[in-house]
Amino acid sequence: MADIIKTATRDAYGKALVELGAVNDKVVVLDADLAAATKTGMFKKAYPDRFIDSGICESNMMGVAAGLATTGYTVFASTFAMFAAGRAFEQVRNSIGYPHLNVKIGATHAGISVGEDGASHQCCEDIGLMRTIPGMTIINPADAVEARAAVLAAAEYEGPVYMRFGRLAVPCVFDESYKFEWGKAVVLKEGKDVTICATGLMVNEAIEAGKLLAQEGIDAEIINVHTIKPLDAQTILASAAKTGCIVTAEEHNIIGGLGSAVCEASCESGAPVPVVRVGVNDIFGKSGPAVELLHIYGLDAANIAAKAKTALSLKK
Amino acid sequence: MDAVIRKQLKIAACKARIGIIEGVYNAKSGHPGGSLSCVDIITYLYFNHMNVDPIDPKNEDRDRFVLSKGHAAPALYAVLALKGYFPHEWIKTLRKSDSNLQGHPSIKYTPGVDMCTGSLGQGISAACGMALGAKLAGKNFRIYTILGDGEIQEGQVWEAAMYASAKDLDNLVAVVDNNNLQIDGTVAEVNSPYPIVEKFKAFGWNVIEIDAHSFDEIDAAFNSAREFKGKPTCIVAKSIKGKGVSYMENMVNWHGVAPNQEQYEQAMSELSAALAELEA
Repeated sequence: MADIIKTATRDAYGKALVELGAVNDKVVVLDADLAAATKTGMFKKAYPDRFIDSGICESNMMGVAAGLATTGYTVFASTFAMFAAGRAFEQVRNSIGYPHLNVKIGATHAGISVGEDGASHQCCEDIGLMRTIPGMTIINPADAVEARAAVLAAAEYEGPVYMRFGRLAVPCVFDESYKFEWGKAVVLKEGKDVTICATGLMVNEAIEAGKLLAQEGIDAEIINVHTIKPLDAQTILASAAKTGCIVTAEEHNIIGGLGSAVCEASCESGAPVPVVRVGVNDIFGKSGPAVELLHIYGLDAANIAAKAKTALSLKK
Repeated sequence: MDAVIRKQLKIAACKARIGIIEGVYNAKSGHPGGSLSCVDIITYLYFNHMNVDPIDPKNEDRDRFVLSKGHAAPALYAVLALKGYFPHEWIKTLRKSDSNLQGHPSIKYTPGVDMCTGSLGQGISAACGMALGAKLAGKNFRIYTILGDGEIQEGQVWEAAMYASAKDLDNLVAVVDNNNLQIDGTVAEVNSPYPIVEKFKAFGWNVIEIDAHSFDEIDAAFNSAREFKGKPTCIVAKSIKGKGVSYMENMVNWHGVAPNQEQYEQAMSELSAALAELEA
């Protein structure tokens, strides 16, 4: 078996920004003293004139991004998810979301897989926060290939986008032939017994869970929901109509994120199905090696497979 | 300042004050005190300083105005209407559900408004972004923003103040409308921002102190700011909250309430008399 190539989505973000910089002179990148960690440092090196360090002032950075966008620039504003969606929530809401400005928020170090830095930096609330802002698009790519594609697509889109990237190097799910379709969930494997909707690094775990389930004769349909808002309810509900139950999988609080979005879509569909959510179970994280933490908090293939069986048992 | 221009500005500002009272009275809510304190400066900017054109409100080379103290929207709307961005009739629709004039400024509804503001502390950051945009594009448009003296209690203002100075945004002018009052009392009683001048100087700004109701001092300050290179300029403008309406002047309770009919009539009578005198 060939070695699995692992790349962090934040690395793909940095590289994609450099790629964009070469073809789009309206792209400006802002960071809040984290360029080395968010990987915007790659853009800084390539295009120093179009990189502005805001210093440790995330709230001001979001306002600056908004003002800059009004002058015709496509602005990427980067910091950790905790500070982008958390600390600067109201600036994102009032200065970027309300005027619907062309700002792309590159939020790295999302979720438990931040690892050793611990709970203060492990943002598991960002998707929920961003979902409540009208007109905000939320993209949580599964791997480096999708992250690159999402960044390039976001630059073409007019309006605010929240992009969620991870610190941890994760396996590549897609190869270079992958075509990213804006807002469209991707059925990775068809199945008839249970629908697994996964996002971010949980997509790879969902694929592995599918294999575990297959060994037990359970045929899972696996959907990569890279865009959480607007949610591709059509694809998800069509799958649910076929399988009769859903498991959601995300590196986020089970409250407010993909699980919530899928529950809402299913409940309002007229033909609701049981939904079981895999995510951080409404608790704060802690320090530790990222991969170990993912297992501790049940963010792995084994737990998705277990919850798939729970979902199956809830089917009428 | 030329005497004729000074008189024209006084007339325009008096008409804008009438617009503020009309708007807030018809809305039955809003913020007259802080609108009346900064309306002379807004009038000056739109009628005698900024490069703007109401026929082409989105021109990318225009100067920008960000009302960081967004609750003074009635003042901005009154001036924009006078300048011809929209019909004066809109003023009486302020804050109503079918109006283009929101309670706080919004670029989504109102021609001439350059940024959504109202959540205090945020406008100055957006103004910094616009100033940065001008610098990056090599353009010479300028950015003007007005902060309340209560607003500068917001931490974000000082993030922006540090930033504007560190990035040498000399195309940015921030006015502090120093009327000395906020909702709960004097700014000194509530959580003193003083000394304001020294604070902005310490943050590396060029600071000018003026009387917010003297067009000569306003004109001198903004012209001086335009010539000052390398750093942003802060104009600390000593103002009178409620200026122009006798019973509102320096009264903390006129921060965020509308006049009743009797008070409205008195205000209109005072302002009409002032206007008649100016136009005589």
